[in-house]
Amino acid sequence: MTRSPRSERSTDPGRRRLLLAGTAGVGALGVGAASVGVDRALRSTPAAAADPLIGGDTVPFHGVHQAGVETPAPAAATFLGLDLREGVDREGVLRMLRLLTDDAARLTQGEPALADTEPELAARPARLTLTVGFGPGLMRRAEREAPAWLAPLPAFEIDDLAEEFTGGDLMLQVAAEDPLTVAHAARMLLKDTRAFTTVRWVQHGVRRAHGVTRPGSTQRNLFGQVDGSANPEPGSEHFSRVVWIDEGPFAGGTSMVLRRIRMDLDGWDEVDRVAREQASGRTLDVGAPLTGTAESDQPDFEAVSENGLSVIPEFSHMRRARGVDEGEHQEIYRRPYSYDVPPPAGADAISESGQVFVSFQADLEGQFLPIQRRLAELDLLNQWLTPIGSAVFAIPPGCAEGEYLGQSVLD
Amino acid sequence: MSRITRSHSARPSSAFPWSRSARLPRRAALVGMLALPLAACAGGSDEDTTDTTASDGGAATGQVTVTDPWVKAAEEGMTAAFGTVVNGTDTDLTLNGVQTEASPEVQLHETSSDGSGGMSMSEKEGGFPLPAGGELVLEPGGNHLMFMSLVEPLEPGAEVELTLLFEDGTEVPVTATVKDYAGAEENYSSEETEEMEGMGSDVGGMEVMDHEGMDDESTEEAEGE
Repeated sequence: MTRSPRSERSTDPGRRRLLLAGTAGVGALGVGAASVGVDRALRSTPAAAADPLIGGDTVPFHGVHQAGVETPAPAAATFLGLDLREGVDREGVLRMLRLLTDDAARLTQGEPALADTEPELAARPARLTLTVGFGPGLMRRAEREAPAWLAPLPAFEIDDLAEEFTGGDLMLQVAAEDPLTVAHAARMLLKDTRAFTTVRWVQHGVRRAHGVTRPGSTQRNLFGQVDGSANPEPGSEHFSRVVWIDEGPFAGGTSMVLRRIRMDLDGWDEVDRVAREQASGRTLDVGAPLTGTAESDQPDFEAVSENGLSVIPEFSHMRRARGVDEGEHQEIYRRPYSYDVPPPAGADAISESGQVFVSFQADLEGQFLPIQRRLAELDLLNQWLTPIGSAVFAIPPGCAEGEYLGQSVLD
Repeated sequence: MSRITRSHSARPSSAFPWSRSARLPRRAALVGMLALPLAACAGGSDEDTTDTTASDGGAATGQVTVTDPWVKAAEEGMTAAFGTVVNGTDTDLTLNGVQTEASPEVQLHETSSDGSGGMSMSEKEGGFPLPAGGELVLEPGGNHLMFMSLVEPLEPGAEVELTLLFEDGTEVPVTATVKDYAGAEENYSSEETEEMEGMGSDVGGMEVMDHEGMDDESTEEAEGE
């Protein structure tokens, strides 16, 4: 094997420092000199010796923004799509949000929820974050106008949406470096929402486990592709511009698109490496543009091969996503998880896999939709991708102590 | 109560900041609450261990406080309130009554083994002693405040005001959060069983009059020590 997985080693110390700040318990944005020292230690020492236990690590709950968006995506996530029960009115919605906020404030800090029947399971938060999103139904029940963009995405030709993975009045994203922690937190939240909601869908997702790759590395999806290279960097001005809404009741919040995208791994097996790279526009080994050698290299969309064809083909995913041939450019922040569940009983398939695609963007209509339209229209990868679930949620801003999540939006 | 020190070293801030109630004067009590350290993650062990931090809760605060008060949601009939009452004064106290608009009658209940593997509960004669610097843990499967007949449904996420009444005249107002809770379905001592059957018709629809809560409790005890 001459291919080294360089792409999963971040070469950007700024990003890494940011991520490490969380481990020091000083907050995701509390970048300081101390964390630079930690960074160096990690680089120069065998991982096994330097890596401390992270079960006690916490991510602050209160703040301008909800955690779980700009927070480095941890290894395990459960996404819960809930529907409000009939008869739950504005007053009920607010009661539910107070309970959820209280649970989140405690559990993310390693404390049992109030009346937690398994308090010991709460003791290792492992960077747990709980993020709440509102669907249009919740806004209606709370008697507040939903933003115009808070609606199902338009239907796309490539979609084959299943009702059981689509829509929802309330979304809870529960994520941590430890799947057991996630399971306990999700169950606690479900116990406290049971009186108000029914479960519409549950989607589990995984990323690399902690300590497997350098923090900040772009992750690979189940096609083996480095996926998400163009993401704005968390902690940057750029990220804020791309992700956070800057005015109105949702100021400090964002929009979330959550799509379940089935990946046809059996079909992908038939595709050789050259064709795979042509489909994505990036190399498989390090995720470099086909015109470059490193993941961070700027792609050269003008470059043509000896026989006159674009080196980064017109049908490739990267070229389409960037709007190169349309002369337009939008950005979103992707925070996806892979899923790998048992194939349907009795089916011939040996797997049922894909991606819980999650993107955050300040302006859903101006940023996400143009990209999605282009990709739906032409992207060679579509041959192996099928969106089977889709939902849009408004992520309210974070809350201060004594407030409940969504207070600025629903008050 | 061997686990009396379990869960009151510190609390993270919550959406119910007013829930940590206090003896009058209220302002002083609030200051006492602010002085609590932020939640520290249990360190040391690489697996979860019960927090065995020595109890310092409330000592020297000069007040009686209640940590994490909550009430089990119920549509009607009976339900119970829980929490940890901390005596931060240097006076021995006895809790001998509770007042709340949610239920005209509230009894102080203790739970004890019924001799056949289960537990039963009965009214605590003479009230609960609360020694100076000590605390009283009210929890499912243990001592609790029994709301004998709800005036109206207690819905999850709502708040219930109650006042703890002590023998010496001390009154401690408490705001408790209503939680959907499947347990707290203790058996009642035989002569009270029939009249107690109303309890448990909570919003979640669970109406199991069995030993579940007690089984959990004994397991927790076993592993926690």
